[in-house]
Amino acid sequence: MSVTEMFSYIQGFLSADQDIREDIRKVVQILEQTAREILTVLQSVHQPSGFKEIPSKCAKARELFCTVRTQIADLKTKFPVEQYYRFHEHWRFVLQRLAFLAAFVVYLESETLVTREAVAHILGIEVVREKGFHLDVEDYLAGVLIMASELSRLAVNSVTAGDYNRPLRISNFINELDSGFRLLNLKNDPLRKRYDGLKYDVKKIEEVVYDLSIRGLAKESESGGAK
Amino acid sequence: MNKREGEGCPRRNADAVQDREMSANPSSPVIAAFKVFQQELDTKHDKYERLVKMSRDITIESKRTIFLLHRVTSVPEAEDVLSEADVKLDGVRQKIGQIAEELRGEDIHQFHRAFTPGIQEYVEAVSFLHYIRHRSLISLEEINARLVFMRAEKGAAETMPLGSQVLTFQVTPSDYLLGVADLTGELMRMCISSVGNGDIDTPFQLSQFLRQIHDGFSYIGNTGPYEVSKKLHTLRQSLGKVEDACYTLRVRGSEIPKHMLADVFSSRTTLIDPEEGVV
Repeated sequence: MSVTEMFSYIQGFLSADQDIREDIRKVVQILEQTAREILTVLQSVHQPSGFKEIPSKCAKARELFCTVRTQIADLKTKFPVEQYYRFHEHWRFVLQRLAFLAAFVVYLESETLVTREAVAHILGIEVVREKGFHLDVEDYLAGVLIMASELSRLAVNSVTAGDYNRPLRISNFINELDSGFRLLNLKNDPLRKRYDGLKYDVKKIEEVVYDLSIRGLAKESESGGAK
Repeated sequence: MNKREGEGCPRRNADAVQDREMSANPSSPVIAAFKVFQQELDTKHDKYERLVKMSRDITIESKRTIFLLHRVTSVPEAEDVLSEADVKLDGVRQKIGQIAEELRGEDIHQFHRAFTPGIQEYVEAVSFLHYIRHRSLISLEEINARLVFMRAEKGAAETMPLGSQVLTFQVTPSDYLLGVADLTGELMRMCISSVGNGDIDTPFQLSQFLRQIHDGFSYIGNTGPYEVSKKLHTLRQSLGKVEDACYTLRVRGSEIPKHMLADVFSSRTTLIDPEEGVV
C-alpha cells in the first residue's frame, strides 16, 4: 500500500468519525433543551408558593422524562453500542444533568436517595455496560453531587417560606450522603473536584439548622407539625 | 460575622460528628449502595493503573529498539541488528498482548488514554524497522495483523477449559497517525547520520519518502485529532533539514572527493545549527 493510499484511507476514517460526532451533537443539543425544561419546572419549588405544589411539579417533570426517553433512544441509534466511551464526552454533561434531575424528583417525592437502577429506569437506559447504552457510575455520582448543592439551596429557601422542618430532614439526608462519599477512594478527577464542593453544602445546611435551633424555631415547627 | 461563626463552630462540629456516626450505620441503604460504588470505582482505577504501567514499559522498550535501529548505518551487517530489533519488538508485542488481555470484555475507548503513549511509540518503532527493511510505509492493517494473540497454550489448557482463545488488539487510526508523525523525526536523524557515513543514496530516498508523508499529513490537515496539527509543525522542520542535506549533497557532491563528504557536511551543519537555536 502506498503512502498516499494509506493516508486517504485514514482520512476516510476520520471524516466518518466526524460525521458520527456531528449526528450525536445534534441529538445531545435537543436533549439539553429538554433537560433545561425539566429544570425550569423543578426550580419553582424554590418559590414560597411552590412548596405546596411539589407533587404536581414532580408529576410534570416525570411527564417530561418521557420525552427524554425517546430522545435517548434516538441517540442510541447514532453510533455502534460497543463504542460508548469513544463518544462519551459528548453526552457526559447532559447525562449528569439528567441524573441530577431524576435524583431531585425522587428526593422531592420520597426524600430518599435515588438508586442508580432507578435513574437508569427513569432515563430508559441500562445500568450494566454489557447491555447497551448505560449510566456510568461516575456520572450517576456527579448527578447526586449536583443535587446536594440544590438541596442546600432548598434548605435556605424553605426557611424563608416558613417550613422550618425541612432543613432538618435535608441535613440528615446530606450527612448520610457525605458519609457515603467518604467511603469512596476518588482519584484526582472531575468527580473528586465536585466532591470537594460537598463539604460547603454540608456546612451551609448545618448553619441553617444551627440558626433554627438557637431560635427554637425547629422545635416550634415540630410541635406545629404534631398538631 | 466571622467571629460568631467561629464561636458556633465547635458545637456544630460535635453535632455533625454525632449525626454522621448515627447515619453511618452500615445497614443504611445509602451506605450499602456507596460500598458497591467504592468497589466498582476501585476496580476501574486499579485496571487503569495497571494499563498505565504496561504502557510505560512498552514505551521504554520501543525507544530502546529505535536506538538500536539507529546503529544500522554504522554496522557492516545490518541484518544482525534488524533481527535483534525483531526480537525486541516481539517482547513489546507480548506486553501489548497483556494489554489486550486486560481489556478483554471492556470498551477499549474507556481506557484508551492509559495506553495511547505506549502504542504510539510501538507504531513508531515498528514502522521504523519496516522502513529500514522495505523502504516503504507499514500499513495499519499490517500492524494490526501482528497484534493477534493466542492465549499461551500451556497456561490456557490448565486454567481454562475453553482452550486457546484468540485475542486481538486494534491500533486506532489516530494512534497510527501520531506514531507515523513521530517516525519522521527518526527518519531525519537517520538521514543526517547516514550522510556522516558517506552514504549518498539514503538521504535522497528519505527526502522523497518524507515528502510523501508530509503531503499525506497536509491532506488530512485539521480534520485529524488535535495532536496531529502540533506534530505537523515538527514534521515540517524535519523535512526542511532533510531537504537541506540533499541540497548540500547535490551542490557540493560534484566538487569534492567522496571520502571528504562527511567533513563538508558536518561543517555545514555546524553552520546551520546556531541559526536554528536562535529561531
